[in-house]
Amino acid sequence: MVKGKQSFIFDAGVHILSASTVVGPFEGKGPLSDDFDIIHDDIWMNQGSFEKAEKIMLEEAALKTIEKAGIKKEDINLFISGDLLSQIISSNFAARTIGSPYIGIYSACSGSMESLLLAALIMEGNDIPYILTGTSSHNASAEKQFRYPTEYGSQKPPTAQWTVTGAGTCLLTKMFQGPKVVSATIGKIVDMGISDPFNMGSAMAPAAADTIYTHFQDMGITPDYYDIIATGDLGNVGHKICKDLLKDKGLEMPEHIFTDCGILIYGDNQKVQAGGSGCACSAVVTFGHFLNRMKRNEISKILIVATGALHSPLSYQQKESIPGIAHGVSIEM
Amino acid sequence: MGKKLTPEQENYKDFSKKREPKRPVFKNCIKAFIVGGLICVLGQFFQTIYIKYFGFTEKTAASPTSATLIIISVLLTGLGVYDKIAQWAGAGTAVPITGFANTMASAAIEHRSEGYVLGVGGNMFKISGPVIVFGVFSAFIISIIKLVFNLFGG
Repeated sequence: MVKGKQSFIFDAGVHILSASTVVGPFEGKGPLSDDFDIIHDDIWMNQGSFEKAEKIMLEEAALKTIEKAGIKKEDINLFISGDLLSQIISSNFAARTIGSPYIGIYSACSGSMESLLLAALIMEGNDIPYILTGTSSHNASAEKQFRYPTEYGSQKPPTAQWTVTGAGTCLLTKMFQGPKVVSATIGKIVDMGISDPFNMGSAMAPAAADTIYTHFQDMGITPDYYDIIATGDLGNVGHKICKDLLKDKGLEMPEHIFTDCGILIYGDNQKVQAGGSGCACSAVVTFGHFLNRMKRNEISKILIVATGALHSPLSYQQKESIPGIAHGVSIEM
Repeated sequence: MGKKLTPEQENYKDFSKKREPKRPVFKNCIKAFIVGGLICVLGQFFQTIYIKYFGFTEKTAASPTSATLIIISVLLTGLGVYDKIAQWAGAGTAVPITGFANTMASAAIEHRSEGYVLGVGGNMFKISGPVIVFGVFSAFIISIIKLVFNLFGG
């Protein structure tokens, strides 16, 4: 059911049957390491390239989620996935392994929630038993594509962020109880003229503020309805900007509720400048950490607003700014 | 040069700039000075050794000295250590010949997965390309200027 300008409520009862997360060694040393299903020892993962390693992570996350649900990969009716690489190659190859009907999506680091809300929308109006969604990102493959070779000695500014090496997938069904996907708000592109790819937080914050504000307008609720409202990867810089932007719009975001996956995933001792980023950031923190907290009854209502920077490696060289987007999905126990 | 921003975007630029941590420019300059200086001291050390113990003259010692610094940079790049030093040192490691060696080594290592010809060969100069292009071009311009200057009895 459509709600307001950009939101949907999933009346039919869409549930998360299972979810799993795979991460690299750096994330495995972070504060949320206990919430990840598979932690790899090194970023190569016994593969010949970073791109292949990323594909492996997404495949592992997909197969683990299927295993946790007690079904076979042949039972998957639809797989919706995206990632950061050109032609979303990691998702394409993971889809090849899974072998089910496949919809590939690209919305940069907001892929986790875009794939989740699309799956919920499709499931809402149709009798489809199982839809698998997921995203992945890999620090080295992302740096190689968007910035510089990984061993290049350029000095990153304090606003730079660290792409998370990981993959997160989740399985949706109408048939069982479990965390329920309640609503979603589809974001619009918001471009406030920021063109520095080492300053994604500033570039994406306006989009996040826009989607969050619209969500509360559409749904007719206030921020304290939720136990946790988390943006995907705004990092220290973007998160603060987003909070202030919302304050200017008249929406106060309580400290203990409003957080960011990019801030949570790494510890203070891990030198990541402004925080984590990448598709996997919101995916592994949501499907690992937050879902675990919900299962332990520590929290029961969350709103995840994944943020994406929709530029290309070429566009900023051509002096274009970075268009941002944010997609929000609420999950309740 | 950049895009024209709307007034709303200009406001946002100021809004976000106030909330962004600034690059610690002064601190970075000090660090760059120290590390850049140390690298030059190291270069001087090698040059002295080559002149004293290997029979090079001040002119001919330039080549093995550069080569030694390059080898050290490439080794540190390959060992995954160079970028960590560079994050601290900034321009200190980028400006000397060590920086140039690092650009080529890092690009070569990165693109090994695409094969030796198109991958390594085709991408090795990805970052150092501009240095070579503009270095040669500016040398050309200066030479022309010098030539003209001499021609007119300078």
